[in-house]
Amino acid sequence: MINTLYRLVSSKLLEIDYEELDLDDQTVLVRPTYLSICKADQRYYQGAREPEILKEKLPMALIHEGIGEVVFDGTGTFQPDDVVVMIPNTPTEKEEIIGENYLSTSKFRSSGFDGYLQDYVTFTPDRLVKIEGEVNPLVASFAELISVGVHSIQRLDQFSHQRRNVLGVWGDGTVGYITALLLKIFYPQARVLVFGKNQDKMSYFTFADGTYLVPEVPPDLRVDHAFECVGGQKSQLAIEQIIEYIQPEGTISLLGVSEYPVPINTRMVLEKGLRIYGSSRSSREDFEKTIEILEKHPEVTDYLENLIVAVFRIRTINDIHQAFEKDYQLNFGKTVLIWDK
Amino acid sequence: MIFAAILAGGTGTRMGNVEKPKQYMLLGDKPIIVHTIEKFFVNQKFEKILVLCPKTWIKPTMDLVNTHIGENDRIIVIEGGNLRNDTIMNAVRYVEDRYGVDEDSILVTHDSVRPFLTHRIIEENIEYAQKYGACDTVIPASDTIVESVDGKSISSIPKRERMYQGQTPQSFRIMKLKELYHSLSEEEKLILTDAAKIFVIRGEEVRLVEGEVNNIKITYPYDLKVANGILKGEEE
Repeated sequence: MINTLYRLVSSKLLEIDYEELDLDDQTVLVRPTYLSICKADQRYYQGAREPEILKEKLPMALIHEGIGEVVFDGTGTFQPDDVVVMIPNTPTEKEEIIGENYLSTSKFRSSGFDGYLQDYVTFTPDRLVKIEGEVNPLVASFAELISVGVHSIQRLDQFSHQRRNVLGVWGDGTVGYITALLLKIFYPQARVLVFGKNQDKMSYFTFADGTYLVPEVPPDLRVDHAFECVGGQKSQLAIEQIIEYIQPEGTISLLGVSEYPVPINTRMVLEKGLRIYGSSRSSREDFEKTIEILEKHPEVTDYLENLIVAVFRIRTINDIHQAFEKDYQLNFGKTVLIWDK
Repeated sequence: MIFAAILAGGTGTRMGNVEKPKQYMLLGDKPIIVHTIEKFFVNQKFEKILVLCPKTWIKPTMDLVNTHIGENDRIIVIEGGNLRNDTIMNAVRYVEDRYGVDEDSILVTHDSVRPFLTHRIIEENIEYAQKYGACDTVIPASDTIVESVDGKSISSIPKRERMYQGQTPQSFRIMKLKELYHSLSEEEKLILTDAAKIFVIRGEEVRLVEGEVNNIKITYPYDLKVANGILKGEEE
């Protein structure tokens, strides 16, 4: 079959490409239905990556967050019309110790190879998680982003000591919102505090036990563990403040992506005996947990619906441009694409 | 029920001095017709996908389906007719005899030599045929269309913004299509160049579905070069 791909060739320039694909017994064919724009996609779209990176990676179909419907399954794992979450991380080897999401040999959609802006996307069955229950597809469209939050919390469980009375989330953006919300599910007894710069944005965090503007944090406040969800150059200030307010032997989870090296006060890290770990991409288990949470906790879906600030039905390439431009103007929330192209 | 009719009835006399009908020539690694059938096969809305081809090509077409898609009972290869509308009416008769049709039954007809159609085009054909009874896939005309009655001089130049180029699929409510076709006189049938005209002649609405520039029809050897160029991402 001839498949149609909508690839970014250079900043803000999309073109249609075609590729032959086979309907064989290894392949599951998925029709994307609801997709969501990630900041990483936006950086490619705006050309805000190093020229060498753009030269190496483009042309490439963007988008790595989304759900779809199975249209053909040569492996017999799924039924046609099954709704599935698509996992962008694609391992190329089996490894017992290192997670599939951190293997340097793993490929990632809309980073190392084509993302979901295609008529049909092919997968091996292990890269798809079926959604059985009722889940709002607009929310499920960014299940990948939610799964990264799930992943970082699972790792907190793995790396941190047992005192988890106060958990701090730095960052009042989408990742901060999702992480703080998930912490309330994973640790219902803990006090979840959010630290941000924008009072308007923090007003969305109604589920949190406290929100603080970063210049106004009470000096005696302390957190047991912390999540940095700021990213960019401002991560430096966030990490600095975390180190100041975290209890000794606390654990710091870094989730914010920065294009530049970020200095860290290692003297205080040593003095307090802190543990710092990074979390970026999630694995299949995190996706399964994410879908389980969305199916079992409708209130989480309700909160996550508040993140959706723009929805575009995509029928033409021009619709894709409009969605990316609108998304670029947003300072909070997610842009969802209903894929009708 | 929704049926597809892939029209491969032509023997490809326009394709130059080639042995095979054009729909059986290779595009990439597979025959053009296989690419086209696969697009319909993966859409589960189709109860059956009829492939209508010349009599001598029925067996080879079945072989190609078995090789590339695998044995299945959704793809059925039968003989086409002499003219395009004969072929379509063969499809209508076939589904009527075997599966029965009702007011809601839809037939999506498509040229076997247009393998670049997209999921959206198929979906909108189904939707519009269900809503409006008939639809035709078109793109706005990019060239000025000139009419000449005698073939020597211009008789009129219609406004370009009202002109569209017809592609396929063309989709219809089967019972309506049959009723209108049988209401036509033999003279009227002779002037039919495509199935949408059956509706237009009788004053029935045919909705437009937005096609794609690349949904090209592979008619001439040059088209096949262009199609291979499009597929491989090369400039032609």
